[in-house]
Formats: sequence, C-alpha cells, structure tokens
Amino acid sequence: MSQGVGNGVSGVGARNVGQRRDGEGARGAEVGTAEALTARRRARPRSPLSHPLARPLIFAVCLIPFALLAWNAYHDNLGANPIEALEIHTGVWTLRFLVITLSITPARKLLGWNGLARYRRMLGLFTFFYACVHLSMYIGVDMFFNVHDILHDIVKHPYITVGMASFLMLLPLAVTSTAGWVKRLGGRRWVALHRLIYLIAVGGTLHYMWAVKKDIRDPLIYASIFAALLGYRLWITSGRTVRATIGMFAERASPPRTSHAPPP
Amino acid sequence: MLIRKPDDIPSSEITDERTYFNRRKFIAAAGGLGLAAAAGVLVPKFLDGATDSRQEGGASDPKDKLTPYKDITTYNNFYEFGTSKTDPSENSKNFRTRPWSVAVEGLVKKPAVYQIEDILKLNTLQTHVYRMRCVEAWSMVIPWLGFPLRDLINRVEPLPSAKYVEFTTLYDPKQMPGQRRPVLDWPYTEGLRMDEAMHPLTLLTVGLYGKMLPNQDGAPVRVVVPWKYGFKSGKSIVKIRFTETQPATAWNKAAPQEYGFYSNVNPHVDHPRWSQAKERRIGEFRRRPTLMFNGYGDQVAQLYAGMDLRKNY
Repeated sequence: MSQGVGNGVSGVGARNVGQRRDGEGARGAEVGTAEALTARRRARPRSPLSHPLARPLIFAVCLIPFALLAWNAYHDNLGANPIEALEIHTGVWTLRFLVITLSITPARKLLGWNGLARYRRMLGLFTFFYACVHLSMYIGVDMFFNVHDILHDIVKHPYITVGMASFLMLLPLAVTSTAGWVKRLGGRRWVALHRLIYLIAVGGTLHYMWAVKKDIRDPLIYASIFAALLGYRLWITSGRTVRATIGMFAERASPPRTSHAPPP
Repeated sequence: MLIRKPDDIPSSEITDERTYFNRRKFIAAAGGLGLAAAAGVLVPKFLDGATDSRQEGGASDPKDKLTPYKDITTYNNFYEFGTSKTDPSENSKNFRTRPWSVAVEGLVKKPAVYQIEDILKLNTLQTHVYRMRCVEAWSMVIPWLGFPLRDLINRVEPLPSAKYVEFTTLYDPKQMPGQRRPVLDWPYTEGLRMDEAMHPLTLLTVGLYGKMLPNQDGAPVRVVVPWKYGFKSGKSIVKIRFTETQPATAWNKAAPQEYGFYSNVNPHVDHPRWSQAKERRIGEFRRRPTLMFNGYGDQVAQLYAGMDLRKNY
C-alpha cells in the first residue's frame, strides 16, 4: 500500500524537487510525469531499494527505536528517572533521523544510491514523528500539561525556546510534504520553504547543547555532522555559483575580445 | 557490640529493603521514617563492633519516602567515573577504598592524617535521613550513615583565622576514567564557609542504608550538606584544608555564572538555563515544588541573614 503511494505520484514530486534543488533536473522545467519516471526506472537495473518490500521494511525499522522505548518504559527498564530518559532518547532519535534525512542527497550523489531518494520524505516525516513524541513527553509527561510552567519555560529558558521554535518550523515542512503541496506551492517555493530544515538542525543541536550540563561531547558530534552535511551542500552550491560566474564572465569577456582586437 | 533497636520498629521491616528494588512496590511501601529507623539498625558490617548505630530522625518528613537503594546507586552524578548517570556505578566497580587516608591541614592547631579506619571510629555512626536536591532539578531521600563534620573539625582545632574549609576529591585517572578528560578542573574541590561546615546538619558520611558507602556514591568518605545542591557535597575525599580565603570550587570554576560558591537550594533563583522552582523526586511522576534551603530553612536560614541570595547564589 505504502509502496504504491510512495512510488506513485507523490514520490515523483519529492524526487524531482530534490533533483531541481541540486541543479540536476531540467532547470525551470515542470516536474516530470510519473510515466517518464517509471520508464526511467525500468531502464535501470533493479536495486534492493526498489524492491516492493523495501518501503514497508524501512518503515518498520524506523519504528524500532520507538517500540524499544515503549517496551522499556512499560517494563520499567529506563533507570531511576524514566521520564528524563524518555525525553533524552526521543530527542536524540529526532536528531538522528534528521541526520539520516539530510544524508540522503549526499549519499545519492557521492555513492550513486539514487534509489534512496524516494525514502527521503518518509524519513523526514519520521524526524517529525520523533519530534512529536519528544514534545509530548515534555508537555504531557514531564510538565503534566502545566501551561503556566511550560510558558514560563519557553519564555525564560533559551533551550526550551529554541527547541519549541525548531518544532514549530518542522510543522510546515511536515504539512507540505505531500505532492499536492509541492504543486500548490510550486517547486521553487517548496524548495525554499524546505530549506528551513537547516535552521531546524541548528536549532535542534543548540537545544541539545544547552540542555546538557557540562559534557557537550554528544551535542558537538551532532553539530559537526550537521556542519558537514550543510557544508557539503554549500560546497556544491558555491561550486555551481563559481561555474555560473565563470560562465557569465566568459560570455561577457568573449565579445569584447573579438570586437576590440589588440591594436596592431 | 551493642546495637540498640528502636522499640517501635519490628525487625521484620528490615528486610523490606528488597521490596524497594521494585518501583511499583515502592510506591505502596511503608512510610519513610519507619524505614529510616529500620535502616538504622542494619548492622554496618565494616564497623568491627566499635560503635553504636541508631537512627536520628530530626531532618526528615513523613512525606519523604526513602529513595530505593537501587536508584541511589545507579543514578549518580560523579564525573570522576563518567558523565552519564549510569557511568559511576559501572566504572567504579574496582575502585580501591583501602588503604585510604584523609589529610586534615591548613589553618588548624593539630593537622593530622586520618586513616579511614580512624574516621569510622571517630564518633557514633548514625543514620540521617536527608533530602538530596540535585542542581539538575531531581531529588532523592537518602538514609546516610555518618556523623556531624564538626566532630572532626573540633578535633583538629581550627585557628581563629580559618574562615573556610576546602574538600578535595581523590585524583587518580587510572582508577577514575572520567578524570582522563578535562570536563572539570581536576581534582574536584568543594568548599564551605566555616559556620556551614560546623552546622550540625553537615555530615561526614561513610555509608547509606546502614551499609558501607557504595563506590559510586563517594566511598569511602564524603561530605553531605543537605540544604545545598548535591554537587556541593564532595565525594571520595582525601584532603580537608582550612583556609582564610574562599576556596575555588570545581563547578564555580567551570561556569561561574551558573554555579555559585553558596549554591543553596533556592526555588526563587533559577539556573540560567533551567528552572529550579520544582523538582522531580526520583520514583515520583509529578514534579513537586522545591523548598527553600531544601526544606531545612528552620535550621540554616540564620546562616545567611542579611545576605542577598540572588547575588550569592
């Protein structure tokens, strides 16, 4: 079921938008049709990533951390402070899924695993899912819906402020993750909106770093991974910009060279 | 060896500690004071029959149920053994607490090096049930075994110029893997003003739940100052030094704007990054309000009369 949906129309939107952002797709052209994509896929050798069972399998794997946490919470295996443990684990899993989601494009480009592209949206939505669980642990379990205390926390404590802001930025990304929204917004605007993910990565990492008392080794690991993932994209983009600038320069420079020949 | 039993506690309750290993049973278990008393009559096996062990109730509240032994010994902040809560219990298994000596020095008439065996015999060991409030907004109720620190201080006769006491934790990166990384400026040092150190609530502690102090809880000897955040209570102490000037303390050096020298439990002064108004008592679901001076205001508030506790956080 999910296979049909994912590889069908909606998958096309996400895939082509991704390509366009990376400058691979036809620049400015309309999103490719499902038929064209299917044809292209048929032409390629089948990879395990396009196996019909791949999507449900990846979906199930993504739920394992959640299932383990639920199991351990139920069986009181989360140590002396289970609420804190749930908050930490769901938060860290949110960051991990964000890392995985942001790794799809570099993995495609560097390793040539193009079949990964169709799972990017699902992984992004799992990031959102773990963020939702994380937030509900804080609001519903830790603070027990105490609105006064929660608002006080948001206003007074920067790590909560930043965490909440990051979650709010995730919302529009989750909402507009459908093919319908890609069409409604238009690829360019959709891509621009979804660039928020980098801000969310920064916010999420800051949120983690400020919540830790002193040993910020783990937050720094996430900070460096995100820096690398963002750096890779900047490098690609700037490379393109440089090429484009050179091209422009060449275009501008060449006509004068022909018209103003050096004096004899 | 004389072990006086409190009259009102049947000896059958002593074995109840087992039930505390299970959180669900813990909720339903008997009141804290009863258990505190029971813990007091458990025979501290390491005492060689030298002392009388009895419980001292004063500081606890009927609403304070003892935190299970398992939680007290698996959820620790003891960065010398690692920064995660479970690191200390995992990494301190082979920690050697014998031989152990504590140098008492500085501005005293009778500086001395005490062997741990001497410290254990210094005074009657009693169970003191104290609330322990961590600066991270969680708390426990712990039946410590020890005696007031002032009993030791009086022996060494501080000079009038002694205004502060500094406590130094063992520095031994071979045994304490957490010290191999510069998370804090090792060795860990803590300090108290002289009147705080002399306060009867301030303990020199060698055990909990009537047993020898587990390594992860600061064995073989530590300080307990119940109205201050937990990090003020130095663990695995090797040196007690009396000074005229305020000693530098580990957390204050690490982040002076977050951890002051006094660090009295204070619900009105938030940590710059999180609230101190409430706390999660380990084993409880809802956060409970944090009490001024961790509920020991009646005994200690006069120490800070006239002081601005927002400034002197």
